[in-house]
Amino acid sequence: MGIQLPQTSPRSTSVGSATDLAEAPTVELRALDQLWFQVAGTVCNLRCNHCFISCSPDNHSFWFMSREEVNEALQTSVRLGVKEYYFTGGEPFMNRDILGILGDALALGPTTVLTNATLLPQRTVEALARRSARSPYTLELRVSIDGVTAEMNDAIRGEGSFTRAIDAVGRLAAAGLLPIITTMQTWAESETDRILGHFRSILAEVGYDRPRLKILPPLRIGAEAARDRGYDDFERVTADMMTEYPAELLLCSGARLVTTSGVWACPILLDHESGRLADTLDEAVEAPAVLAEQACYTCWVNGAICSNMPGFAADPA
Amino acid sequence: MTMAGVEPGAMYTRVAAFGGVYSNHLALSAAIQDARARGAEAAICLGDLGAFGPNPDKVFPLLREHGIPVVRGNYDDAIARGLDDCQCGYTDPRDNHYARLSYQYTFRNTSPENRQWMDTFPEEVRFRLGDLDVLACHGSPRQTNEFLWESATPTHFLDKLADDFGADVIVGTHTGIHWTRSWGERRAYVNVGALGRPANDGRTDVWYALLGAAGSALSVDFVPVRYDHEALASEMRDEELPEEFVETILTGWWTTCLEILPGKERAAGRF
Repeated sequence: MGIQLPQTSPRSTSVGSATDLAEAPTVELRALDQLWFQVAGTVCNLRCNHCFISCSPDNHSFWFMSREEVNEALQTSVRLGVKEYYFTGGEPFMNRDILGILGDALALGPTTVLTNATLLPQRTVEALARRSARSPYTLELRVSIDGVTAEMNDAIRGEGSFTRAIDAVGRLAAAGLLPIITTMQTWAESETDRILGHFRSILAEVGYDRPRLKILPPLRIGAEAARDRGYDDFERVTADMMTEYPAELLLCSGARLVTTSGVWACPILLDHESGRLADTLDEAVEAPAVLAEQACYTCWVNGAICSNMPGFAADPA
Repeated sequence: MTMAGVEPGAMYTRVAAFGGVYSNHLALSAAIQDARARGAEAAICLGDLGAFGPNPDKVFPLLREHGIPVVRGNYDDAIARGLDDCQCGYTDPRDNHYARLSYQYTFRNTSPENRQWMDTFPEEVRFRLGDLDVLACHGSPRQTNEFLWESATPTHFLDKLADDFGADVIVGTHTGIHWTRSWGERRAYVNVGALGRPANDGRTDVWYALLGAAGSALSVDFVPVRYDHEALASEMRDEELPEEFVETILTGWWTTCLEILPGKERAAGRF
């Protein structure tokens, strides 16, 4: 069947320049609940046209993290009382040390890896299942798929990516690892029930009959800004917008991102120098995040949707 | 033997801790009797009196009659303050649908007097168990609606909570599945589970925890409570509550609000 993407009209390819840093509101870290790792740098085997930090095979701005680099931050995280670990990229399974790294993290706490699931052959799935079974903590595979057909998904994520990812989802489900499937909503709201119903039937065909779905709103940054539209210049966070806003809804109030080149406030700020807080994790937990970028507006509007669960929801006072 | 309510600051050697009641008055009644028979000196309820089950007002007389204090749960907070939803934070449309049905039913059927009483529930109760300082809360000491699942809660994170809140033992509920972990010389976390619905384990029993201490040695016994779950199911049907909720009571498997489960706990259930 032919489900079409909604018509879009590219209006801007600009990510947008930063607000004057001195004017931008800041957010203190409440507690380091989530420790993120840019474990595959910006290197990805796919070239998705909605990637929020424009990762690709030839984007080497950030390189793979070594097991030693990850372990150093993991040790610090124990002292800081971190609640959960997230591994992202790029494509984490391009890092040849990823299985060892995930095993190290799972020895300490719940671990999530964000993957396009195109590099998960049976032997890798079995290795993941063994690591999961050995740990008291949960291993969450977050698989990005963007459409209910190859036609729909591959238009965004590249030729052949749909079939490879769906097949891997079947292997993960058969191994008892129930992946969380994230889909950026690229369809009209009125189509949601039909599209998700069809998606569930496709997943059931590969043996995943109780899928965990996480629908993300489109983030108008990075490559997505070129695919659809960027934010208008007024779509930024101002000091006024933060006066009655619960800051704990923002990822940077409870998270930091470790990379090979320092520590950032948030994964979607990786393209922005204003997001870089410090050289080390210990320094970065003391540094407030600066809401200078349009990416921050995305989070202000949607909340920290990149977390698995709103496990620390704000009290609506 | 009599069983009192836990009093803040008092010292005990054997305490019964009841988690989310979710309007399951039959299970609460059975648990109170069971705890008395097992020699609990005192009892405490960790909140979420309403939700899911039938006739929420039937729970309150049992708590009042036995003088059992209640820690404020997110549901109690929402119902008492007349908020729009239960503050569980679901994002899945199906979960939200059932959560909304349940919340609206519970709100409609909770008397103003009981809502006023709920608004007096404290966010935490501290007491002594042997030589141990115990902090009883609903979700976590820092946030009423924080989920602490066994597979998603690192020991070093719990240790930080114990440091930050000056407690040896933290006791909570909110997730609906009981578990415990101890570390160091005297520290422990206990999730007492829930009386309101089964623990997603294919059994129709529900669970509470008996906490004991000799000096600084903590003992935790999770107690399965057998109650007339068929009578509860019948009452739920009379109240026209969703058949999916009834199925959980009759089978022991969760059918709704599954989004919040981590992968490990989700894989252990049927749905």
